[in-house]
Amino acid sequence: MSWFDAARERTARDILARYPKPRSAVIPLLHLAQEQEGWVTPAAMAEIAELTGTTPAEVLGTGSFYEMFKFHPVGTHLVNVCTNVSCQLLGGEELLHHVESTLGVKAGGTTDDGVFTVEDVECVAACTEAPCFTVNYRYFHRADAGTFDEVVADIRAGRSPIERGAAGDAGDLPVHGTLGRVRQQVPDDRRAGVVPPEQVEGAPSWMATMSPAASPSVSPDGADAGEGAS
Amino acid sequence: MSDETPPVEIPSVDITVDGETVAARPGELLIDACERTGTYIPRFCHHSRLEPVGMCRMCLVEVDTGRGPALQPSCMLPCTPGMVVDTESERTRKAQDGVLEFLLVNHPLDCPVCDKGGECPLQDQTMAFGPGESRFVEEKRHFEKPIPVNENVHLDRERCILCDRCTRFAGEVAGDQLIHFMDRGGQTQVNTFPEQPFASYFSGNTVQICPVGALTAAPYRFKARPWDLEEVESTSTLDSVGSRISVQSSRDRVLRFQGVDADAVNWGWLSDKERFVFEAYDHADRLATPMLRGDALGNRAPDGDALVAAPWSEALGVAADALSAAPADRLAVLGGARLTNESQYAWAKLAKGVFGTDHVDAQLGDGLPAEVVLGLPRATIDRACTPGGTIVLLGPDPKEELGALFLRLRHAVVHDGATLVELTPRRTGLSAHAAHSLRVLPGGAADAVSAMFGGGSPAGAAGLSAEALAAAGATIAAAVAEGRPVTVLVGRPSLAEAAGPVVDAALALHDHLPEAAFLSLLRRGNVHGALDMGLAPGLLPGRVTLADASGVSSVWPTVPTDRGHDAIGILEAAAAGEVDVLVLLGADVLADVPDRDLAERALANAGTVVAVDLFGTPTVARADVVLPAAAPTEVDGTFTNLEGRVSVVARKVTAPGTARPDWAIAVELADRLGTDLGFGSVDDVLAELAAVSPIHAGITPEALAASVREGVLVEGRTALARPDRTEVPVNDAYGLRLVADRSMYDVGVLVAHSPSLAGLAPGAVAGFEPSDLSRHGLAEGEVVDLIADRGTVQVAVASDPGVARGTVHLRVNQADVDAGRLIDASAPVTGIRVGRR
Repeated sequence: MSWFDAARERTARDILARYPKPRSAVIPLLHLAQEQEGWVTPAAMAEIAELTGTTPAEVLGTGSFYEMFKFHPVGTHLVNVCTNVSCQLLGGEELLHHVESTLGVKAGGTTDDGVFTVEDVECVAACTEAPCFTVNYRYFHRADAGTFDEVVADIRAGRSPIERGAAGDAGDLPVHGTLGRVRQQVPDDRRAGVVPPEQVEGAPSWMATMSPAASPSVSPDGADAGEGAS
Repeated sequence: MSDETPPVEIPSVDITVDGETVAARPGELLIDACERTGTYIPRFCHHSRLEPVGMCRMCLVEVDTGRGPALQPSCMLPCTPGMVVDTESERTRKAQDGVLEFLLVNHPLDCPVCDKGGECPLQDQTMAFGPGESRFVEEKRHFEKPIPVNENVHLDRERCILCDRCTRFAGEVAGDQLIHFMDRGGQTQVNTFPEQPFASYFSGNTVQICPVGALTAAPYRFKARPWDLEEVESTSTLDSVGSRISVQSSRDRVLRFQGVDADAVNWGWLSDKERFVFEAYDHADRLATPMLRGDALGNRAPDGDALVAAPWSEALGVAADALSAAPADRLAVLGGARLTNESQYAWAKLAKGVFGTDHVDAQLGDGLPAEVVLGLPRATIDRACTPGGTIVLLGPDPKEELGALFLRLRHAVVHDGATLVELTPRRTGLSAHAAHSLRVLPGGAADAVSAMFGGGSPAGAAGLSAEALAAAGATIAAAVAEGRPVTVLVGRPSLAEAAGPVVDAALALHDHLPEAAFLSLLRRGNVHGALDMGLAPGLLPGRVTLADASGVSSVWPTVPTDRGHDAIGILEAAAAGEVDVLVLLGADVLADVPDRDLAERALANAGTVVAVDLFGTPTVARADVVLPAAAPTEVDGTFTNLEGRVSVVARKVTAPGTARPDWAIAVELADRLGTDLGFGSVDDVLAELAAVSPIHAGITPEALAASVREGVLVEGRTALARPDRTEVPVNDAYGLRLVADRSMYDVGVLVAHSPSLAGLAPGAVAGFEPSDLSRHGLAEGEVVDLIADRGTVQVAVASDPGVARGTVHLRVNQADVDAGRLIDASAPVTGIRVGRR
């Protein structure tokens, strides 16, 4: 019995099939697990270890490097308020205090209804639009307390706050963990020829041009790996 | 010794180290080349038995490879011709200063309360290479300290310098990647997955290789300071690998064993069982005085139901009276695998040369016939682990029985391209890496072997498909054709299967692969020494049969002429009342003989039972005379490992009470019987052994001292005996066959007396292949009757995809479930029916 639901179980198998070494699939599968529950549960890591022939300790050790994998439950909406230099100068700290007092949780906490988790984060790479906060990694630029209150009101009312965000954004604001509307699907016959590392012979094609005894810059089996068409 | 290939002329790479030209080996890492030629470069993460990782940067040195000098980590840099290295330059010193200061930024500097203080590479190198003081005044990282990562290993993450040694060991060497770096970044730490401890048989090695005090072993925590320890290099006698160890003691008590890197044997690794078993030798329950039968008040009473303390003179007298009253044919000696070679020789001389009996067996019905073990071409561990070689496993799971050997084999298969073919009834710790892992029914191995090489039915054999068998055979044949060495590991895969079918399979492999060499997986301590010393029916010291008594005839008063019984035969004779005196040399027959019923009957019907032992085991409790023996940490002598390698066992502490070395007990007993064995010391025994056994002629104290680390390989074969082929009954469709094997931890006397290990025994469940489970309509966890001809046990059912279909798997020697009640030693295999309750 897989930990993944039926559809994601199929996706997981599909992801595993992309790699010559199953362990390469650890990070994509962590994303998939986070999508299912909103965070990466210990049971999910045990399942991923099983699928990739690793141990749960390796899965946690790999995943815990990445800030965006959550190993504790988080709300459906993850609010990240930037307090790095640019934002701080233009009111980021004050915005964070407003967020904390509005939602009644300190940074790192989750509201009792499980909707909002607040985080105090470092630079989110929008210094020109400071102060800035994100909800589920969607930007809200040049924000103030009023912007945040409107966003909260929208979310509580079931409306999408996206249009209050960065210019050009539209549509829904999916819950935390959602990966994308479109799954990457690579049919078997479109897959680039994957060669397990131990079966690779010779230098990589991009290296051949650097050597005086240059060989034609194609992969060893002669197929053009870039296109993958057969 | 001489079976090693002659040294090949290795081309060398000349490099310049601190102005002097030294010859490095091609591909050798700079740090290793420097150390080998006398320049020590400080390091924390580098370990010669682990892959380089370049984690700690302590080994930065200034290297010029033609582009001007630059700092490079010498543990990641293979030597290249013309390399110019400066390990003492200003920049090198500055880099070392900086790295040490950096490593100490988060180190708590709690050396005064740290067990590692005094033997700590971080402490030593800070003194030798460091800046002397820290500029860091900020708050250090804080973690809960220490946290147990398993029952025996504690982790203090504040002390950790993140060298990756323990985590690399866990993954690369042990294959148990249960510890890993977590939260990489500013909070990087070593940890386990929550609720999943570092449950590895080899976890103690991480403590030994930790370059700081981050990992400590519970049995040694706060016991001693390194400068108070005395140490002596010795050999682990726990199992037949004979790992080299350092025995470290303080105030006449052994406080720890550390692995010593013997290149031919254990590479410095130990299983936790080898490492922590010293606790048993130091246990308060050790026998400290002889005992005789008596009553509850402590008075001597020959038919009393208790054991009471007695002086040696009285106990030896009772034993000698019984021995001198019994005819040679009604005397038997069982056991002796725990003893040193010298003690074994003394007892062999006493039993065979003074008593005149050949009913002597060091194995307890759980091994293989001595003539087969000594008659097949022998392999060394190095041969088995040859890069690119082929290993055929026809025996038990090395991970469960011979931990240090498992690590060598795993390295060969995982890292050195060795090919593994398994013919085992159950998945082993190596199966994941096997080229062919075939599940053979008990009794079916010989058929499987002949099917592998084109004989037998096209439908396959022993429950295996013809294709799978042929593929495995083809792999081996290809290796032979290409001249790559094939080594067969042979032992008893299951105690519920007699030795006969295994011997048949081993001989079939020998016939099909005359080039193949065999490595015995007999497990118990110095059992191979016992075979070499003649503690086996039909054999005399030096791997010769009774027919070839020329060696001993001049120094032994008598030599038996007729082959005696083996262990099962001795026990059967005892059960039939045909044994007047049964001497047990550390033989816990009630626990170690696979056939429990036979052992019970034998003890009940034997005349006088003389037990020489370390502990008051249930077997000893039924003896008439109990003589306390000295443990391996308390005796000098030698040990013969499964390759035939003789290495030194060294005394470190005093035996409790009046316990004596086994050889001295033999001398005393002989004296009472009016014979002088002629030994006043261990060296006397060794000298006589060298005189009577040509193959041991080179085993002198001088030769052993000259090769103290690697030992001396004793070579020589007995004529190969070919027992009659064992007929295995056909399995009916409803019956199952029992596979009863050992696990690393059980309720055996040494584990039970090692507090660190005693809680680790996994207990017994009946493992069924999943389809067998549904075929019998059983549910996991359900308690069923396992019914054999001999007896019935109740046990919970578990689904185990690792067992062969048509078998039930049960661990022996576990609490609550006594698998020995099911086993009939005279039957080739043990059939099982399942009864619902």
